[in-house]
Amino acid sequence: MTATSAMADTIETTAPPARRRGRTGTVRIVGSLAVVAFYALCAAFGPILFRFDPVAVDTRNRLLAPLSHTSEGHLVLFGTDQIGQDLLAKMMQGARVSMTIGISALLLSGLIGLVFGILAGWFGGWLDSVLMRLADIQLAFPGILLAILIAAVLGPSVGNVIVVLSISGWVTFARVTRGQALATKNREYVDATRVLGARTWHVVRTCVLPSCRAPFLVIAALHIGDVILAEASLSFLGLGTPATTPSWGTTIAGGRDLLSTAWWISAIPGIALAVLVVAFGVLGDALRDRYDPKLAGR
Amino acid sequence: MLGYLIRRLAYSIFVLWGAVTIVFVVLRVVPGDPALVILGPDASPADVARLRHGMGLDQPLLVQYGHYLLDVARLHFGDSVRLGGDAMGQILLRLPATAELALAAVVFAVTVGIGLGVAAASRPNSVLDRVISVFTLVIQSTPTFWAGLVLLLIFARQLRVLPSEGAHSWQNVILPAITLGLGFLAMVTRLTRSGLLEISHESYLNTVRAKGLSERVVVFPHAIRNALIPVVTVIGLYLGSVLGGTVVIETVFAWPGAGRLIADSIGYRDYNVVQAGVILIAAVFVVVNLLVDLLYGLIDPRVSVGRQER
Repeated sequence: MTATSAMADTIETTAPPARRRGRTGTVRIVGSLAVVAFYALCAAFGPILFRFDPVAVDTRNRLLAPLSHTSEGHLVLFGTDQIGQDLLAKMMQGARVSMTIGISALLLSGLIGLVFGILAGWFGGWLDSVLMRLADIQLAFPGILLAILIAAVLGPSVGNVIVVLSISGWVTFARVTRGQALATKNREYVDATRVLGARTWHVVRTCVLPSCRAPFLVIAALHIGDVILAEASLSFLGLGTPATTPSWGTTIAGGRDLLSTAWWISAIPGIALAVLVVAFGVLGDALRDRYDPKLAGR
Repeated sequence: MLGYLIRRLAYSIFVLWGAVTIVFVVLRVVPGDPALVILGPDASPADVARLRHGMGLDQPLLVQYGHYLLDVARLHFGDSVRLGGDAMGQILLRLPATAELALAAVVFAVTVGIGLGVAAASRPNSVLDRVISVFTLVIQSTPTFWAGLVLLLIFARQLRVLPSEGAHSWQNVILPAITLGLGFLAMVTRLTRSGLLEISHESYLNTVRAKGLSERVVVFPHAIRNALIPVVTVIGLYLGSVLGGTVVIETVFAWPGAGRLIADSIGYRDYNVVQAGVILIAAVFVVVNLLVDLLYGLIDPRVSVGRQER
């Protein structure tokens, strides 16, 4: 149901121009936020309602199909996996892990990007050259490859995945911040603030940062989907979260060898993940249409 | 033109040097002793010390970096701990399979993507257009390895029309290539659609229409040539994620390429191979982008690369 509402919202992307102006994309923003909120609730309260024990083994209830009943008579909505764990409970736990990683990595890369962007754009000079060449070099690296390399050295853990994904994600944020800093730097109101005796930090805080808010929101919504996908890929390769804290990626990878006998172990977490990323994608597009009319409809 | 060529070439070398340096920093400076990582936590201190000396890890970092740069310049990445033999040799041995897969993925994405983009742009806001835009959004939002597993499940396990793993016949490349190309397909579709819509009212197209030619002729070849310029640019940029994606996709389909070797080598802590593979992929990416930049002038005569300052 969430998938269809997200899809219905996408269709609004191509709505006729007359409906675009004013509060562009409100339906899409509200709809996708509702999906995200649903996931956030699942992540927050799901593991409390459906207790997940990573080491519990229940051999009698192995590989039950979705909507079947366990030997104790409980309904398992999404079925069970190869060691008899309820897939629904595992996915609730996975929602917590994946979304924590996604949000933490997003905040960290946003922060790195913001600091580097302001250093580059506001102070300029050699610092600008160094930071922007660093960004160029990093873009020459396929992002997932850099993440794989760092994750391989650091080893699998939740903290390491967050660090890895933040390192590969800061460039976009830095470029946008730098652009905004350059654009505001020579405006009259910035000069006026300076003439009134404001320190650099004050000018940056009151003049540059507010102009970054809208583009940051757009990039954040588009980027968090990529982060969640990248986390799943890393976990699939065994470089993400350890089996005791199963993310969606770990769960999908765990069902890989059972595709023909128990398709649901891989399929259902994948669908859950895709719906969330679609919601973030719709949200990002809608925010971009609202805040950046030049890019609308692209 | 020559000046631009030299500047662009120097820039590519600089970027490659940076990529090589990042690999060095990640493998040597990041917390954790490479010798300890290779030998595992149970190794005796004497063994670790011996390996550290063998790897030159007891020398100052700058000296290590110097040796490392020389080794990279000579394409010497040490031997593979697991397979024996030169690490770069092992990667190069499997590179043709990866190239075949990546090429098939790009061909699939570009042909189908242009087709879908043209179909979507031919009737903007129609049902077909909306279906295509939902389709591209969904495939951009699915994890590629998951899409691969689903394709495997449907076509190899249920319908049994395509082989599931390995590289025994030409049919083996179909599923991995489609999986690997999906993200790029979405991108090409979107760009083709917006490119066509953007130029659909250009006067030269109205001339074609005024001559009484059908809308099909307006699109092929007249409109499509200009609409495709952004597509060519992203082919270069997107190749990075295609190459990075091979690590995951080759693992899903047991495709005997360089990507799968990198993934396997990580599991066996065979870092020489990982390093060789990552640097080679970065090099391929840099070279392809250089070529795309240089070819740009040929595709779009309005762009004069000689005078353009990047």
